[in-house]
Amino acid sequence: MAEPVLLVRESLPRRVWWALRCWWLIAGMWTKAALSYRASFALLLLASLAVSSLDFVVILLMFQHTDQLGGWALPDLAFLYGTSTFCLGAANMLVGSIDALGDRVRAGTLDTVLIRPAPALAQLCAERFSPRRVARPIQSVLVLGWALQRLPVQWTASRLLLVPVILVCGTAIFCAVFVGFASLQFWWGQVGEIQNSFTYGGATLLHYPPTIFAKELVAGAVFGVPLAFVNWLPALHILGHPDPLGLPTAFQYASPVAAVLACAAAGLVWRRGLRAYRGTGS
Amino acid sequence: MGAARLYLAVAAGSFRRFATYRGATLAGVFTNSVFGLILASTFLALWHARPGLGGYDARQAVTYIWISQALLVTVAVWGGGFQDDLQERFRTGDIAIDLYRPVDFQLWWLATDLGRAAFQLFARGVAPTLVGMAVYRTRLPTDPRVWALFLLSVTLAVVVSFGLRFLVSLTGFWLHDSDGIRSLALVVSMFFSGMLLPITLFPGLLGAVAPVLPWAALIQLPADILLERRTGGAAAAALGFQLGWAVALLLLGRLVQGLATRKVVVQGG
Repeated sequence: MAEPVLLVRESLPRRVWWALRCWWLIAGMWTKAALSYRASFALLLLASLAVSSLDFVVILLMFQHTDQLGGWALPDLAFLYGTSTFCLGAANMLVGSIDALGDRVRAGTLDTVLIRPAPALAQLCAERFSPRRVARPIQSVLVLGWALQRLPVQWTASRLLLVPVILVCGTAIFCAVFVGFASLQFWWGQVGEIQNSFTYGGATLLHYPPTIFAKELVAGAVFGVPLAFVNWLPALHILGHPDPLGLPTAFQYASPVAAVLACAAAGLVWRRGLRAYRGTGS
Repeated sequence: MGAARLYLAVAAGSFRRFATYRGATLAGVFTNSVFGLILASTFLALWHARPGLGGYDARQAVTYIWISQALLVTVAVWGGGFQDDLQERFRTGDIAIDLYRPVDFQLWWLATDLGRAAFQLFARGVAPTLVGMAVYRTRLPTDPRVWALFLLSVTLAVVVSFGLRFLVSLTGFWLHDSDGIRSLALVVSMFFSGMLLPITLFPGLLGAVAPVLPWAALIQLPADILLERRTGGAAAAALGFQLGWAVALLLLGRLVQGLATRKVVVQGG
C-alpha cells in the first residue's frame, strides 16, 4: 500500500492538536456508551479497583512475613508500586486500546479506520475506551500518597522534582511500549499477548527493587526496553539506595531522554508497520 | 455409549480449534515465561529473607511459581474459555438454538472446556516449565505416580473451574451484560486459588477460610500434589475435596440452569 497522502500539509502542532481532539471525541463517545449501563459500570469500576489492588495486597502479605525484600522496606516498595502502577494505568488509559490492532488487521477492518479523516493512531488508541480505566491511576495515587508520607527521605529540590518527572516520563515510556509492541501485529497477526509481557509484566517487574533480579534482567530494562527509567533509576536517587549495576548517576536523571527516545522508536515502528499493512480486500 | 462418543468428539473438536491459534499460543508461552521469571525472583527474595516460609523450601517456592504459570490458562483462573463463546451466544440470541439441541447444555460446554484445557496444559504448560527448569533449580517429581495424581487433580481443577464459570455465565439469563459479575469473579478466583501467593501464607481468618473455598481446588491443591507436599492420604483427601466441589458446583449449575431456562428471554429474531 502506498504511503497515505496528506491532502493538506499542516504544521506539526496543528496535527498533534487534531489528533488529541479526535482521541478526546472518540473516548467521549465510548464513555457515554459505558455509562448507559449504570449498574454494570459501577460493578466494573469496583472490580477494576479490586483487580488493580490485588498485586499490592500480595506485597502487603509478603511483608507480613518479612521487614525487607532485597534490602528495601515496605514504604520503598509502596513508592515503586505507586509510581509503576500510575504510569502503566495512565498509559493504558491513553493508548491501551491499541492492543486490538491484531483483530483489525486480521478482520480487515483497519481499512475503515484508514479512510476516516482522522489520524489512525489516535482512533485506535481511543477505540473501546472505558472510563473504568481510571481505577488503576486512582488506586496507585492512594498507595503513592501513603508511601510519600512514610518514606524516611530528606526532600531536597532534586528529589522533589524527580517525582513528577517519574509520573510524566514513565507514562510516556509505557505509551511507547504499548504502541511499539502492538505494531508488531502488523507483521505477525495474533501475537498481541507478547505486548502484555512488557506492559503488565514490566509494571510487575518495577513493583519490586532491582536488587532482587538477575543483573542481566536489570541491564535489559536499562539498555533494551527502557523500563528502568520509568521508576527504578530515579527512585535510587529519591530513596537513597545504591545502584546494583553501578551506572553513572546521570542515568538517574535521564528519564526524559529515555522517554523521548522510546516514543521516537515506537513512532518509527508504527509507521513502518502501517506501510507494511495490506488490506484483506473485503 | 453413543453419548460418551459425542462428548468426546466435542472435546476433540475444541482441542483442535485452540491448536490452530499457533501465533497466539507462542505469544502466550512467551508471556507465561516472562511472568514466571519475574515472579520467581520475587519469591526467591521472600524465601531468602524467611527460609522455609509456609513449609516450602526455596526450590519448592520457585517451582510453585512455574506450576501456577503452567496452570493459569489451563484452569482458566482469569475466566474465559467457553465463557466467551457462551456470552456471544447470549448477545446474539443463538442461546435459544443451544437449548433445543438434542444434547445436554451443561455437558456440551463442559466437553468443549475440557478439550480446551487439554490443549492449554500441553501448549502453555510444558514450554514455560522447561524455561523455569533451565533458569532455576526447580523441584519436580520423578515418580510417574505423582504425575498421574497431578493430572487427575488438574482435570478435577478444570471441572471445578468450569462449575464456577458456568454459574457466572448463567447470570447472563437475567442480566443482559454479565461483564461486571465476571470481573468480580476474576478477583476472587485470582486471590483464593493461590495464583498470586500460596494460600498457606494467608494470615488469620483469611488463612482459615481460603483452604475450604472451591477456588483452593484450582491452583493450590494441584501444585501441592506435584510438589509432593501432599502424598498418600493427604493427596487422596485433596482429590476428594476437589471431587466434592466439582459435583456440588455441577449440580448447582444444573439447578440454576433449570430455573433460568424457564424464563429465558431471547433477543433478536
